[in-house]
This record gives sequence, C-alpha cells and structure tokens, in this order.
Amino acid sequence: MPDEDRKRAAHRALVERVLGGEGRASAEQRARAFAGDGLAPPPLDALIGKVADRPAQVTEADLAAAKAAGCTEDQLFELVVCAAVGRSTRLYEAGLAALAEATGDGRPHGAA
Amino acid sequence: MRLDILDRGYRPGTKLLFALIRLFSGHPLPDAARLVFYRPDFYGARAKEFTHEAMRGPSAWSVGDRELMAAYVSTVNDSAFCVGAHTATASQAYQDGPRVAAVLADLASAPIAEPLRATLRMLGRLTREGRVGAEDMREVLAAGVTPQQVQDALAVCAAFNITNRLADAFGFALPGPEGFAAGARHLLKRGYR
Repeated sequence: MPDEDRKRAAHRALVERVLGGEGRASAEQRARAFAGDGLAPPPLDALIGKVADRPAQVTEADLAAAKAAGCTEDQLFELVVCAAVGRSTRLYEAGLAALAEATGDGRPHGAA
Repeated sequence: MRLDILDRGYRPGTKLLFALIRLFSGHPLPDAARLVFYRPDFYGARAKEFTHEAMRGPSAWSVGDRELMAAYVSTVNDSAFCVGAHTATASQAYQDGPRVAAVLADLASAPIAEPLRATLRMLGRLTREGRVGAEDMREVLAAGVTPQQVQDALAVCAAFNITNRLADAFGFALPGPEGFAAGARHLLKRGYR
C-alpha cells in the first residue's frame, strides 16, 4: 500500500470508529457533533460549537453546564472527540480537494 | 483534566503504568499521553496510529519539519499545550530552537527553505479559515513542494487539528519547560504509538 494511502486509511479508521462503533452517546448525536449540525440541550450545543470553531475559548464552565444539563462525562468525552475529528476531517478533505484541482487530477491523490 | 473520568477513570493496570512512568522518568505522563489510554477502543488506539503515521511514517519531510508543522498549526489554533510540546520537539529534532522560535514569531522572515515556508503558510490558512483553494496549492507546488509532500503535510495538519481541540476542550495541564523537554525526548525516541 502506498504511504499516503496508509495515512488516509488510518484517518478513515478513526472516523469510522467514532461515528459507527459502540458508544455511550447515540450514533445520531455523534454524527451531529461530527458534522457541526447542532445538538440538544443548548449547553451541549454551545460546548460542541466551541470545540469545532474556537477551541481555545472552551472553559471549565462550558463542560460543567453540559453536565448540569444531563450529559454524562462519557457522553461528553465522545461528543468532544467527534467534534474535533469532524472539523479536522473537513480541513483534510478541503486540502486534498484543492490539491487535486491544482494538479489537474479529478480526484484526491491516493483515493481508491 | 476537566472531566473526572480523564483524571481518575483509568483501568488499574493503566494507573499502575502511569505511576511507574512517573517513578522512573521523574515526570508525570503528560495529559496528551494519558488521554489515549481512556477507553482506547473509542479514540486512543486509532488516534495513535494515525498520528504516528502522519508524524513518523515515510515522508520526504523530516521529523523536524513535521514537528514544526505541528507547532505552527498549534500556534494558529492558540493551543498552549500543543505549542509547548511541539516547539520543544521540533527544537530538539532540528537541534535549533532559535529557528523554530523565528518561524512561530514571523513565518515570512524566518530562516527556512521556501518549500517549507510555503507549506506552513498554506497549513496556516487552512487551519485559520477552514478552506484553501487550488491557487493556494499552486503557490505551494511552484515553491518546489511535491504533491506527495502536500498530502503528507495535510495529514500532519489533520492530526493536530484534532489534538489541539482535545487539549483545549479537556484542559490539558501545562507541564512547564522541563516537562515539555522530557516529553519531546520521548516523542523523538518512540513516536506516537
């Protein structure tokens, strides 16, 4: 397998696990955190939005508010991971697509 | 860390491992390394594989170059833990702290090769703005970077856009200069697996 395929395959394996594997948060919640599609209750939505868009501004109070609104710590762990992996995946795909366009290739390099 | 499970929720064997590492290295395991032990089947096992592949897998970029990319992306994200960790690691890898500091202070004037400068500029734009265009990529390619090197750099960028977010959301403790230096030695010896 070419080296770049190994990098992308390793990334894909992470994405597939956090979205599709067993979890304490529902698969639907994890997909929404990944995509930045909005979540209930509102304090959870605020936390997950910050993780994706301005992570350095997340505070202890953001996590405490999501817990007080009924989320367990394991659910928060999973949903924060999904938000981080989701944002990263969009950046990775945007970069690969721009490269493919620049090189005149119809698809990202290494894509099957 | 900000979730009790990430401070105290580890299996007994893992807690013993943390204690032994602290005893023999003289430093507590950094939170970045602890996190991947929490329910590793959910995140840690695959995250380690991806990060190791991006940072230590085959690439025309040196380990120092990739650690510098990690430090640069972390700087754009204002992620204090990761800036400290990867500034230390890049500085050790290059054996040149001033060069790393110069890049993080002012990319345009830093004493580095143009292909690396163009690549860092593109990674910064992607991380900051969430998008890059074909024109940005043409500039990088025109600076002498191969398409494969661009892909390798994007993998580093992807890995650290995950880790930066977890460091800031979960509130990784800052270990201080000695702790960062010890962590850097470990990352250069063992990588991320």
